Amino acid sequence: MAKHETPLLDELEKGPWPSFVTDLKRQAETKPECWDILGQLELSYKDRITHWKHGGIVGVFGYGGGIVGRYSDVPAQFPGVEHFHTVRVAQPSGLYYTTENLRALMDLWEKYGSGVTNLHGSTGDMIFLGTRTENLEPLFWDLTHDLGQDLGGSGSNLRTPACCLGESRCEWSCYDTQEICNHLTQHYQDEIHRPAFPYKFKFKFSGCANDCVAAVARSDFSVVGTWKDQIQIDQAAVKAYLNGDEGYPVNGGAHKGGDWGPFDIQKEVFDLCPTQCMWMEGDELKIDDAECTRCMHCINVMPRALRPGKEKGASILMGAKAPILDGAQFSTLVIPFIEINKENDFEEVIDVIEKVWDWWMEVGKNRERVGETMQRVGLPTFLSVMEIEPLPQHVREPRSNPYVFWKEEEVPGGWDRDVKEFRKRHAA
Amino acid sequence: MAQIEHNGTTYEVDEDGFLLKGADDWDENWIDYVKGVEGIPEITDEHQKVIDALQEYYKKNGIAPMVRILSKTTGFPLKRIYELFPSGPGKGACKMAGLPKPTGCV
Repeated sequence: MAKHETPLLDELEKGPWPSFVTDLKRQAETKPECWDILGQLELSYKDRITHWKHGGIVGVFGYGGGIVGRYSDVPAQFPGVEHFHTVRVAQPSGLYYTTENLRALMDLWEKYGSGVTNLHGSTGDMIFLGTRTENLEPLFWDLTHDLGQDLGGSGSNLRTPACCLGESRCEWSCYDTQEICNHLTQHYQDEIHRPAFPYKFKFKFSGCANDCVAAVARSDFSVVGTWKDQIQIDQAAVKAYLNGDEGYPVNGGAHKGGDWGPFDIQKEVFDLCPTQCMWMEGDELKIDDAECTRCMHCINVMPRALRPGKEKGASILMGAKAPILDGAQFSTLVIPFIEINKENDFEEVIDVIEKVWDWWMEVGKNRERVGETMQRVGLPTFLSVMEIEPLPQHVREPRSNPYVFWKEEEVPGGWDRDVKEFRKRHAA
Repeated sequence: MAQIEHNGTTYEVDEDGFLLKGADDWDENWIDYVKGVEGIPEITDEHQKVIDALQEYYKKNGIAPMVRILSKTTGFPLKRIYELFPSGPGKGACKMAGLPKPTGCV
Protein backbone atom coordinates (compact mmCIF):
# COMPACT_ATOMS: atom_id res chain seq x y z
CA MET A 1 0.00 0.00 0.00
CA ALA A 2 1.41 3.26 -1.13
CA LYS A 3 1.60 6.57 0.64
CA HIS A 4 -1.08 9.09 -0.26
CA GLU A 5 -0.77 12.84 -0.49
CA THR A 6 -2.36 14.28 2.68
CA PRO A 7 -1.96 18.06 2.58
CA LEU A 8 -4.99 18.74 4.81
CA LEU A 9 -4.02 16.18 7.45
CA ASP A 10 -0.41 17.38 7.38
CA GLU A 11 -1.63 20.67 8.86
CA LEU A 12 -2.60 18.71 11.96
CA GLU A 13 1.01 17.80 12.63
CA LYS A 14 1.66 21.41 13.63
CA GLY A 15 1.02 22.76 17.12
CA PRO A 16 1.90 21.48 20.61
CA TRP A 17 -0.77 18.81 21.15
CA PRO A 18 0.15 15.19 20.37
CA SER A 19 -0.78 14.73 16.71
CA PHE A 20 -2.79 11.66 15.75
CA VAL A 21 -1.57 12.19 12.18
CA THR A 22 2.09 11.95 13.21
CA ASP A 23 1.30 8.83 15.23
CA LEU A 24 -0.53 7.20 12.31
CA LYS A 25 2.33 8.00 9.95
CA ARG A 26 4.79 6.41 12.34
CA GLN A 27 2.55 3.34 12.63
CA ALA A 28 2.32 3.17 8.82
CA GLU A 29 6.04 2.48 8.62
CA THR A 30 5.39 -1.01 10.01
CA LYS A 31 1.68 -1.34 9.13
CA PRO A 32 1.24 -0.04 5.58
CA GLU A 33 -2.57 -0.22 5.72
CA CYS A 34 -2.33 2.89 7.93
CA TRP A 35 -1.47 4.85 4.79
CA ASP A 36 -4.96 3.97 3.59
CA ILE A 37 -6.51 5.16 6.86
CA LEU A 38 -4.79 8.49 6.28
CA GLY A 39 -5.73 8.44 2.60
CA GLN A 40 -9.41 7.81 3.20
CA LEU A 41 -9.50 10.36 6.02
CA GLU A 42 -7.88 12.96 3.74
CA LEU A 43 -10.56 12.21 1.15
CA SER A 44 -13.23 12.71 3.82
CA TYR A 45 -11.65 16.04 4.80
CA LYS A 46 -11.82 17.05 1.14
CA ASP A 47 -15.32 15.71 0.42
CA ARG A 48 -16.61 16.65 3.88
CA ILE A 49 -18.41 13.36 4.20
CA THR A 50 -17.64 10.00 5.76
CA HIS A 51 -16.39 7.21 3.52
CA TRP A 52 -17.50 4.33 5.71
CA LYS A 53 -20.46 2.29 4.52
CA HIS A 54 -23.62 1.93 6.56
CA GLY A 55 -23.55 -0.57 9.40
CA GLY A 56 -21.76 -3.92 9.39
CA ILE A 57 -22.58 -7.16 11.21
CA VAL A 58 -19.58 -9.24 12.19
CA GLY A 59 -18.66 -11.04 15.38
CA VAL A 60 -17.38 -14.19 17.00
CA PHE A 61 -19.34 -17.38 17.59
CA GLY A 62 -21.15 -17.45 20.92
CA TYR A 63 -21.44 -13.70 21.28
CA GLY A 64 -23.98 -11.28 19.80
CA GLY A 65 -21.78 -8.22 20.22
CA GLY A 66 -18.31 -6.91 21.01
CA ILE A 67 -17.19 -6.13 17.47
CA VAL A 68 -18.33 -3.23 15.33
CA GLY A 69 -18.18 -4.01 11.61
CA ARG A 70 -16.99 -1.31 9.17
CA TYR A 71 -16.37 -1.31 5.43
CA SER A 72 -14.88 1.42 3.27
CA ASP A 73 -17.08 2.79 0.51
CA VAL A 74 -13.96 3.42 -1.60
CA PRO A 75 -12.21 0.04 -1.18
CA ALA A 76 -10.62 0.07 -4.63
CA GLN A 77 -8.81 3.30 -3.80
CA PHE A 78 -7.92 2.26 -0.23
CA PRO A 79 -7.71 -1.56 -0.08
CA GLY A 80 -6.05 -1.42 3.35
CA VAL A 81 -9.32 -0.30 4.91
CA GLU A 82 -11.73 -2.39 2.81
CA HIS A 83 -12.58 -4.17 6.08
CA PHE A 84 -11.95 -1.99 9.11
CA HIS A 85 -13.72 -3.62 12.04
CA THR A 86 -13.41 -2.35 15.59
CA VAL A 87 -12.86 -4.77 18.45
CA ARG A 88 -13.93 -3.79 21.96
CA VAL A 89 -11.76 -5.37 24.64
CA ALA A 90 -12.93 -5.36 28.25
CA GLN A 91 -10.74 -3.04 30.30
CA PRO A 92 -9.62 -3.42 33.93
CA SER A 93 -11.65 -1.30 36.39
CA GLY A 94 -9.94 2.05 36.85
CA LEU A 95 -7.73 1.43 33.78
CA TYR A 96 -4.61 0.34 35.67
CA TYR A 97 -2.24 -1.68 33.50
CA THR A 98 1.12 -3.32 33.67
CA THR A 99 3.43 -2.73 30.72
CA GLU A 100 3.62 -6.51 30.44
CA ASN A 101 -0.10 -6.72 29.76
CA LEU A 102 -0.10 -3.73 27.40
CA ARG A 103 2.80 -5.20 25.44
CA ALA A 104 1.01 -8.54 25.14
CA LEU A 105 -2.17 -6.80 23.94
CA MET A 106 -0.26 -4.72 21.41
CA ASP A 107 1.67 -7.75 20.13
CA LEU A 108 -1.67 -9.44 19.56
CA TRP A 109 -3.09 -6.42 17.80
CA GLU A 110 -0.01 -5.96 15.61
CA LYS A 111 -0.44 -9.59 14.58
CA TYR A 112 -4.15 -9.49 13.72
CA GLY A 113 -4.98 -5.85 13.10
CA SER A 114 -3.79 -2.39 12.16
CA GLY A 115 -2.03 -1.73 15.47
CA VAL A 116 -4.15 1.40 15.82
CA THR A 117 -6.14 1.76 19.03
CA ASN A 118 -8.44 4.01 20.98
CA LEU A 119 -7.38 4.14 24.62
CA HIS A 120 -10.18 4.10 25.58
CA GLY A 121 -13.68 4.24 24.10
CA SER A 122 -16.09 6.55 25.94
CA THR A 123 -17.83 3.61 27.60
CA GLY A 124 -14.47 2.38 28.85
CA ASP A 125 -13.40 -0.46 26.55
CA MET A 126 -9.93 -0.71 25.14
CA ILE A 127 -10.61 -0.37 21.43
CA PHE A 128 -8.68 -2.08 18.65
CA LEU A 129 -9.28 -0.06 15.48
CA GLY A 130 -9.27 -1.86 12.18
CA THR A 131 -9.05 -5.51 11.18
CA ARG A 132 -10.50 -7.93 8.65
CA THR A 133 -13.35 -10.40 9.23
CA GLU A 134 -11.13 -13.48 8.88
CA ASN A 135 -8.89 -12.23 11.73
CA LEU A 136 -11.68 -11.95 14.29
CA GLU A 137 -11.89 -15.55 15.49
CA PRO A 138 -8.08 -16.06 15.69
CA LEU A 139 -7.75 -12.76 17.58
CA PHE A 140 -10.52 -13.79 19.97
CA TRP A 141 -8.90 -17.20 20.46
CA ASP A 142 -5.54 -15.71 21.43
CA LEU A 143 -7.11 -12.96 23.55
CA THR A 144 -9.02 -15.49 25.63
CA HIS A 145 -6.50 -18.35 25.63
CA ASP A 146 -3.20 -16.50 25.94
CA LEU A 147 -4.16 -13.34 27.81
CA GLY A 148 -7.27 -14.48 29.69
CA GLN A 149 -9.12 -11.38 28.52
CA ASP A 150 -12.55 -10.95 26.98
CA LEU A 151 -14.46 -8.69 24.60
CA GLY A 152 -16.58 -5.77 25.76
CA GLY A 153 -20.22 -5.16 24.91
CA SER A 154 -22.06 -3.73 21.95
CA GLY A 155 -25.65 -3.90 20.76
CA SER A 156 -28.88 -4.01 22.75
CA ASN A 157 -27.30 -5.36 25.89
CA LEU A 158 -25.40 -4.46 29.02
CA ARG A 159 -22.44 -2.45 27.78
CA THR A 160 -19.03 -2.62 29.39
CA PRO A 161 -19.34 -1.13 32.91
CA ALA A 162 -16.85 1.52 34.03
CA CYS A 163 -15.87 3.29 37.24
CA CYS A 164 -13.76 6.09 38.62
CA LEU A 165 -10.51 4.90 40.17
CA GLY A 166 -12.19 4.99 43.57
CA GLU A 167 -10.40 3.91 46.73
CA SER A 168 -7.28 2.96 44.77
CA ARG A 169 -6.07 6.58 44.94
CA CYS A 170 -8.75 8.95 46.11
CA GLU A 171 -9.55 9.79 49.72
CA TRP A 172 -13.14 10.79 48.85
CA SER A 173 -14.36 7.49 47.46
CA CYS A 174 -17.30 6.29 49.57
CA TYR A 175 -17.15 2.70 48.35
CA ASP A 176 -14.86 0.43 46.35
CA THR A 177 -15.94 1.41 42.85
CA GLN A 178 -13.45 -0.93 41.17
CA GLU A 179 -14.57 -3.93 43.17
CA ILE A 180 -18.28 -3.52 42.41
CA CYS A 181 -17.56 -2.65 38.77
CA ASN A 182 -15.50 -5.78 38.33
CA HIS A 183 -17.90 -7.95 40.31
CA LEU A 184 -20.98 -6.90 38.35
CA THR A 185 -19.10 -7.19 35.05
CA GLN A 186 -18.32 -10.82 35.91
CA HIS A 187 -21.79 -11.44 37.33
CA TYR A 188 -23.53 -10.19 34.19
CA GLN A 189 -21.29 -11.68 31.46
CA ASP A 190 -24.32 -13.19 29.71
CA GLU A 191 -26.10 -9.84 29.59
CA ILE A 192 -22.94 -8.21 28.18
CA HIS A 193 -22.23 -10.75 25.43
CA ARG A 194 -25.73 -11.72 24.26
CA PRO A 195 -28.08 -8.86 23.49
CA ALA A 196 -31.41 -9.58 25.18
CA PHE A 197 -32.64 -6.09 26.05
CA PRO A 198 -34.98 -3.65 24.30
CA TYR A 199 -31.92 -1.41 23.87
CA LYS A 200 -28.49 -0.72 25.33
CA PHE A 201 -28.01 -0.41 29.10
CA LYS A 202 -24.99 1.02 30.91
CA PHE A 203 -23.63 0.86 34.45
CA LYS A 204 -21.22 3.43 35.83
CA PHE A 205 -19.79 3.73 39.33
CA SER A 206 -18.50 6.94 40.87
CA GLY A 207 -17.02 7.06 44.35
CA CYS A 208 -18.48 10.46 45.24
CA ALA A 209 -20.61 13.29 43.87
CA ASN A 210 -17.67 14.72 41.89
CA ASP A 211 -18.62 11.85 39.56
CA CYS A 212 -15.30 11.43 37.75
CA VAL A 213 -16.73 8.76 35.44
CA ALA A 214 -19.77 10.96 34.64
CA ALA A 215 -22.17 8.23 35.74
CA VAL A 216 -25.10 10.60 36.10
CA ALA A 217 -24.78 11.76 32.49
CA ARG A 218 -23.63 8.63 30.73
CA SER A 219 -25.16 5.55 32.29
CA ASP A 220 -28.68 4.17 32.56
CA PHE A 221 -27.79 2.93 36.04
CA SER A 222 -25.61 5.41 37.92
CA VAL A 223 -24.15 4.58 41.32
CA VAL A 224 -22.70 7.63 43.10
CA GLY A 225 -20.99 7.39 46.46
CA THR A 226 -22.14 9.44 49.46
CA TRP A 227 -22.35 9.32 53.26
CA LYS A 228 -25.06 9.55 55.91
CA ASP A 229 -23.32 11.04 58.96
CA GLN A 230 -21.17 14.13 59.53
CA ILE A 231 -18.37 15.50 57.42
CA GLN A 232 -15.16 14.75 59.32
CA ILE A 233 -13.46 18.00 60.31
CA ASP A 234 -9.83 18.39 61.33
CA GLN A 235 -9.91 21.82 63.04
CA ALA A 236 -6.10 22.11 63.14
CA ALA A 237 -5.97 21.61 59.38
CA VAL A 238 -8.73 24.22 58.94
CA LYS A 239 -6.47 26.69 60.76
CA ALA A 240 -3.56 25.74 58.53
CA TYR A 241 -5.68 26.57 55.46
CA LEU A 242 -6.76 29.88 57.04
CA ASN A 243 -3.11 30.73 57.78
CA GLY A 244 -2.10 29.78 54.26
CA ASP A 245 0.42 27.30 55.69
CA GLU A 246 2.84 25.53 53.39
CA GLY A 247 1.40 22.19 52.32
CA TYR A 248 -2.20 23.41 52.59
CA PRO A 249 -2.94 24.92 49.19
CA VAL A 250 -6.60 25.59 48.52
CA ASN A 251 -8.19 22.97 46.22
CA GLY A 252 -4.96 21.01 46.40
CA GLY A 253 -3.28 23.76 44.37
CA ALA A 254 -5.67 23.47 41.42
CA HIS A 255 -5.74 27.27 40.91
CA LYS A 256 -2.10 28.03 41.55
CA GLY A 257 -1.63 29.22 37.95
CA GLY A 258 -3.57 32.44 38.64
CA ASP A 259 -3.35 35.11 41.34
CA TRP A 260 -6.55 34.72 43.36
CA GLY A 261 -5.27 36.45 46.51
CA PRO A 262 -5.11 34.88 49.98
CA PHE A 263 -7.67 32.21 50.94
CA ASP A 264 -10.97 33.78 52.01
CA ILE A 265 -13.04 31.00 53.59
CA GLN A 266 -16.16 33.16 53.72
CA LYS A 267 -16.04 33.95 50.03
CA GLU A 268 -14.64 30.68 48.70
CA VAL A 269 -16.45 28.18 50.90
CA PHE A 270 -19.30 29.53 53.07
CA ASP A 271 -20.86 31.82 50.47
CA LEU A 272 -20.59 29.11 47.82
CA CYS A 273 -22.10 26.37 49.99
CA PRO A 274 -25.41 25.65 48.19
CA THR A 275 -27.35 25.28 51.44
CA GLN A 276 -25.35 27.88 53.44
CA CYS A 277 -24.90 25.41 56.26
CA MET A 278 -21.32 26.36 57.28
CA TRP A 279 -19.86 29.03 59.55
CA MET A 280 -16.99 29.81 61.93
CA GLU A 281 -17.56 29.89 65.67
CA GLY A 282 -14.43 31.53 67.05
CA ASP A 283 -11.72 29.59 65.30
CA GLU A 284 -13.85 26.44 64.95
CA LEU A 285 -15.41 25.46 61.65
CA LYS A 286 -19.05 24.37 62.08
CA ILE A 287 -21.23 22.44 59.65
CA ASP A 288 -24.94 21.84 60.08
CA ASP A 289 -24.82 18.37 58.52
CA ALA A 290 -28.61 17.97 58.54
CA GLU A 291 -28.75 20.72 55.92
CA CYS A 292 -25.73 19.52 53.94
CA THR A 293 -26.50 18.07 50.50
CA ARG A 294 -23.05 16.47 50.20
CA CYS A 295 -22.14 18.51 47.11
CA MET A 296 -18.41 18.03 47.82
CA HIS A 297 -17.47 21.71 47.39
CA CYS A 298 -16.02 22.37 50.87
CA ILE A 299 -14.23 19.02 50.82
CA ASN A 300 -12.82 19.79 47.36
CA VAL A 301 -11.51 23.16 48.60
CA MET A 302 -9.95 21.89 51.84
CA PRO A 303 -9.10 18.22 51.25
CA ARG A 304 -6.68 18.03 54.18
CA ALA A 305 -9.22 19.45 56.66
CA LEU A 306 -12.52 17.92 55.55
CA ARG A 307 -13.44 14.35 54.67
CA PRO A 308 -16.63 12.49 53.80
CA GLY A 309 -18.37 10.91 56.81
CA LYS A 310 -17.80 7.39 58.09
CA GLU A 311 -21.23 5.88 57.32
CA LYS A 312 -20.68 5.45 53.63
CA GLY A 313 -22.78 4.10 50.80
CA ALA A 314 -24.19 5.36 47.52
CA SER A 315 -27.15 6.89 45.77
CA ILE A 316 -28.64 5.12 42.75
CA LEU A 317 -29.86 7.27 39.88
CA MET A 318 -31.32 5.97 36.66
CA GLY A 319 -32.21 6.90 33.12
CA ALA A 320 -29.41 9.04 31.67
CA LYS A 321 -29.20 9.07 27.87
CA ALA A 322 -28.12 11.13 24.87
CA PRO A 323 -30.77 13.13 22.94
CA ILE A 324 -32.09 10.45 20.55
CA LEU A 325 -35.08 9.91 20.51
CA ASP A 326 -36.91 12.23 22.85
CA GLY A 327 -34.25 14.46 24.39
CA ALA A 328 -31.14 14.20 26.54
CA GLN A 329 -31.56 13.13 30.15
CA PHE A 330 -29.42 12.95 33.25
CA SER A 331 -30.14 10.10 35.60
CA THR A 332 -32.82 10.83 38.14
CA LEU A 333 -32.56 9.94 41.84
CA VAL A 334 -34.25 6.63 42.58
CA ILE A 335 -32.59 5.39 45.79
CA PRO A 336 -31.12 8.13 48.01
CA PHE A 337 -28.91 5.79 50.04
CA ILE A 338 -27.96 2.17 49.65
CA GLU A 339 -25.30 0.04 51.32
CA ILE A 340 -22.49 -1.05 49.02
CA ASN A 341 -21.54 -4.29 50.61
CA LYS A 342 -18.65 -6.43 49.36
CA GLU A 343 -19.32 -9.13 51.95
CA ASN A 344 -22.68 -10.12 50.45
CA ASP A 345 -21.49 -9.64 46.85
CA PHE A 346 -23.40 -6.38 46.47
CA GLU A 347 -26.74 -8.12 46.93
CA GLU A 348 -28.65 -4.87 47.60
CA VAL A 349 -27.49 -3.29 44.34
CA ILE A 350 -28.12 -6.49 42.37
CA ASP A 351 -31.70 -6.56 43.70
CA VAL A 352 -32.31 -3.09 42.28
CA ILE A 353 -30.75 -4.02 38.92
CA GLU A 354 -32.82 -7.17 38.60
CA LYS A 355 -35.98 -5.29 39.42
CA VAL A 356 -35.45 -2.60 36.80
CA TRP A 357 -34.43 -5.16 34.16
CA ASP A 358 -37.41 -7.45 34.84
CA TRP A 359 -39.70 -4.50 34.33
CA TRP A 360 -37.94 -2.80 31.41
CA MET A 361 -37.43 -6.04 29.44
CA GLU A 362 -41.17 -6.57 29.66
CA VAL A 363 -42.54 -3.07 28.98
CA GLY A 364 -39.64 -1.35 27.18
CA LYS A 365 -40.39 -0.76 23.50
CA ASN A 366 -37.95 -1.66 20.75
CA ARG A 367 -34.97 0.74 21.01
CA GLU A 368 -36.35 2.54 24.04
CA ARG A 369 -33.76 3.47 26.67
CA VAL A 370 -34.87 2.85 30.23
CA GLY A 371 -34.91 6.63 30.79
CA GLU A 372 -37.50 6.95 28.04
CA THR A 373 -39.56 4.10 29.43
CA MET A 374 -39.50 5.90 32.80
CA GLN A 375 -40.69 9.10 31.11
CA ARG A 376 -43.43 7.25 29.23
CA VAL A 377 -44.94 5.56 32.27
CA GLY A 378 -44.17 8.47 34.62
CA LEU A 379 -42.15 8.56 37.83
CA PRO A 380 -45.01 7.42 40.14
CA THR A 381 -45.64 4.27 38.08
CA PHE A 382 -41.91 3.63 37.82
CA LEU A 383 -41.45 3.92 41.59
CA SER A 384 -44.37 1.58 42.23
CA VAL A 385 -42.98 -1.13 39.91
CA MET A 386 -39.63 -0.69 41.65
CA GLU A 387 -41.45 -1.05 45.00
CA ILE A 388 -40.00 2.22 46.24
CA GLU A 389 -42.01 4.60 48.42
CA PRO A 390 -42.17 8.06 46.84
CA LEU A 391 -40.02 10.57 48.74
CA PRO A 392 -39.64 14.35 48.49
CA GLN A 393 -36.04 13.61 47.43
CA HIS A 394 -37.38 12.03 44.23
CA VAL A 395 -38.27 15.43 42.76
CA ARG A 396 -36.54 18.76 42.41
CA GLU A 397 -39.92 20.46 42.73
CA PRO A 398 -43.54 19.28 42.86
CA ARG A 399 -45.51 19.30 39.61
CA SER A 400 -47.00 22.68 38.64
CA ASN A 401 -49.85 21.31 36.51
CA PRO A 402 -52.97 19.79 38.09
CA TYR A 403 -53.29 16.73 35.80
CA VAL A 404 -53.06 14.33 38.71
CA PHE A 405 -54.04 10.69 38.27
CA TRP A 406 -55.74 8.92 41.15
CA LYS A 407 -56.19 5.22 41.56
CA GLU A 408 -59.87 4.24 41.74
CA GLU A 409 -59.44 2.65 45.15
CA GLU A 410 -58.09 5.94 46.54
CA VAL A 411 -61.33 7.78 45.76
CA PRO A 412 -64.47 7.16 47.89
CA GLY A 413 -67.27 5.82 45.67
CA GLY A 414 -64.96 4.78 42.82
CA TRP A 415 -65.49 5.66 39.12
CA ASP A 416 -68.91 4.03 38.48
CA ARG A 417 -71.41 6.88 38.64
CA ASP A 418 -74.98 7.11 37.33
CA VAL A 419 -75.81 10.28 35.44
CA LYS A 420 -79.51 9.89 36.40
CA GLU A 421 -78.57 10.16 40.07
CA PHE A 422 -76.65 13.33 39.25
CA ARG A 423 -79.65 14.74 37.30
CA LYS A 424 -81.92 14.31 40.32
CA ARG A 425 -79.90 17.04 42.01
CA HIS A 426 -78.89 19.03 38.93
CA ALA A 427 -81.58 19.27 36.24
CA ALA A 428 -80.18 19.60 32.72
CA MET B 1 -21.77 -6.26 -4.16
CA ALA B 2 -20.63 -9.81 -3.82
CA GLN B 3 -22.18 -12.93 -5.26
CA ILE B 4 -22.25 -16.32 -3.63
CA GLU B 5 -22.80 -19.57 -5.45
CA HIS B 6 -24.04 -22.64 -3.64
CA ASN B 7 -25.24 -25.86 -5.31
CA GLY B 8 -25.71 -24.07 -8.62
CA THR B 9 -27.75 -21.13 -7.30
CA THR B 10 -26.29 -17.62 -7.20
CA TYR B 11 -27.20 -15.17 -4.44
CA GLU B 12 -26.56 -11.42 -4.22
CA VAL B 13 -25.19 -10.61 -0.77
CA ASP B 14 -23.63 -7.69 1.09
CA GLU B 15 -20.21 -7.77 2.77
CA ASP B 16 -21.61 -9.45 5.84
CA GLY B 17 -23.26 -12.20 3.80
CA PHE B 18 -26.85 -11.04 4.21
CA LEU B 19 -29.23 -11.59 1.26
CA LEU B 20 -29.65 -8.28 -0.56
CA LYS B 21 -33.06 -9.13 -1.98
CA GLY B 22 -34.29 -10.91 1.14
CA ALA B 23 -37.30 -13.16 0.69
CA ASP B 24 -37.20 -12.86 -3.13
CA ASP B 25 -33.97 -14.86 -3.29
CA TRP B 26 -34.41 -16.97 -0.18
CA ASP B 27 -34.80 -20.75 -0.53
CA GLU B 28 -33.93 -23.97 1.27
CA ASN B 29 -30.58 -24.03 -0.47
CA TRP B 30 -29.73 -20.70 1.23
CA ILE B 31 -30.27 -22.35 4.64
CA ASP B 32 -27.85 -25.05 3.61
CA TYR B 33 -25.27 -22.43 2.62
CA VAL B 34 -25.56 -20.33 5.81
CA LYS B 35 -25.33 -23.50 7.89
CA GLY B 36 -21.75 -23.85 6.70
CA VAL B 37 -20.61 -20.30 7.42
CA GLU B 38 -22.42 -19.87 10.76
CA GLY B 39 -20.97 -22.91 12.50
CA ILE B 40 -24.10 -25.08 12.47
CA PRO B 41 -23.50 -28.82 11.97
CA GLU B 42 -27.09 -29.78 11.13
CA ILE B 43 -30.43 -28.07 10.67
CA THR B 44 -32.93 -29.45 13.17
CA ASP B 45 -36.65 -28.82 13.72
CA GLU B 46 -35.62 -26.30 16.35
CA HIS B 47 -33.59 -24.32 13.82
CA GLN B 48 -36.54 -24.45 11.44
CA LYS B 49 -38.86 -23.21 14.17
CA VAL B 50 -36.69 -20.12 14.73
CA ILE B 51 -36.43 -19.47 10.98
CA ASP B 52 -40.20 -19.83 10.53
CA ALA B 53 -40.91 -17.55 13.48
CA LEU B 54 -38.57 -14.85 12.12
CA GLN B 55 -40.01 -15.01 8.61
CA GLU B 56 -43.59 -14.97 9.80
CA TYR B 57 -42.99 -12.01 12.11
CA TYR B 58 -41.13 -10.12 9.40
CA LYS B 59 -43.87 -10.74 6.82
CA LYS B 60 -46.48 -9.46 9.26
CA ASN B 61 -44.61 -6.52 10.82
CA GLY B 62 -41.88 -5.51 8.36
CA ILE B 63 -39.20 -5.66 11.09
CA ALA B 64 -37.32 -8.38 12.90
CA PRO B 65 -38.81 -9.25 16.30
CA MET B 66 -37.14 -8.13 19.53
CA VAL B 67 -35.11 -10.93 21.11
CA ARG B 68 -37.64 -11.29 23.91
CA ILE B 69 -40.48 -11.79 21.42
CA LEU B 70 -38.49 -14.39 19.48
CA SER B 71 -37.91 -16.26 22.74
CA LYS B 72 -41.60 -16.06 23.58
CA THR B 73 -42.93 -17.21 20.21
CA THR B 74 -40.47 -20.09 19.87
CA GLY B 75 -40.35 -20.98 23.55
CA PHE B 76 -36.52 -21.04 23.36
CA PRO B 77 -34.60 -19.08 25.97
CA LEU B 78 -31.77 -16.94 24.57
CA LYS B 79 -29.24 -19.53 25.69
CA ARG B 80 -30.89 -22.18 23.50
CA ILE B 81 -30.98 -19.79 20.54
CA TYR B 82 -27.20 -19.35 20.85
CA GLU B 83 -26.78 -23.12 21.06
CA LEU B 84 -28.71 -23.37 17.80
CA PHE B 85 -27.14 -20.31 16.17
CA PRO B 86 -23.65 -19.62 17.60
CA SER B 87 -23.58 -16.09 16.14
CA GLY B 88 -26.84 -15.29 17.86
CA PRO B 89 -30.31 -14.33 16.66
CA GLY B 90 -29.12 -11.32 14.61
CA LYS B 91 -26.05 -12.42 12.71
CA GLY B 92 -26.97 -16.11 12.71
CA ALA B 93 -30.73 -16.68 12.59
CA CYS B 94 -31.77 -13.52 10.72
CA LYS B 95 -29.13 -14.17 8.07
CA MET B 96 -30.33 -17.72 7.60
CA ALA B 97 -33.97 -16.63 7.46
CA GLY B 98 -33.18 -14.07 4.75
CA LEU B 99 -34.13 -11.04 6.85
CA PRO B 100 -32.38 -7.70 6.28
CA LYS B 101 -29.20 -6.96 8.18
CA PRO B 102 -29.76 -5.62 11.71
CA THR B 103 -28.93 -1.91 11.89
CA GLY B 104 -28.45 0.78 14.50
CA CYS B 105 -25.87 1.17 17.22
CA VAL B 106 -24.62 -2.43 17.31
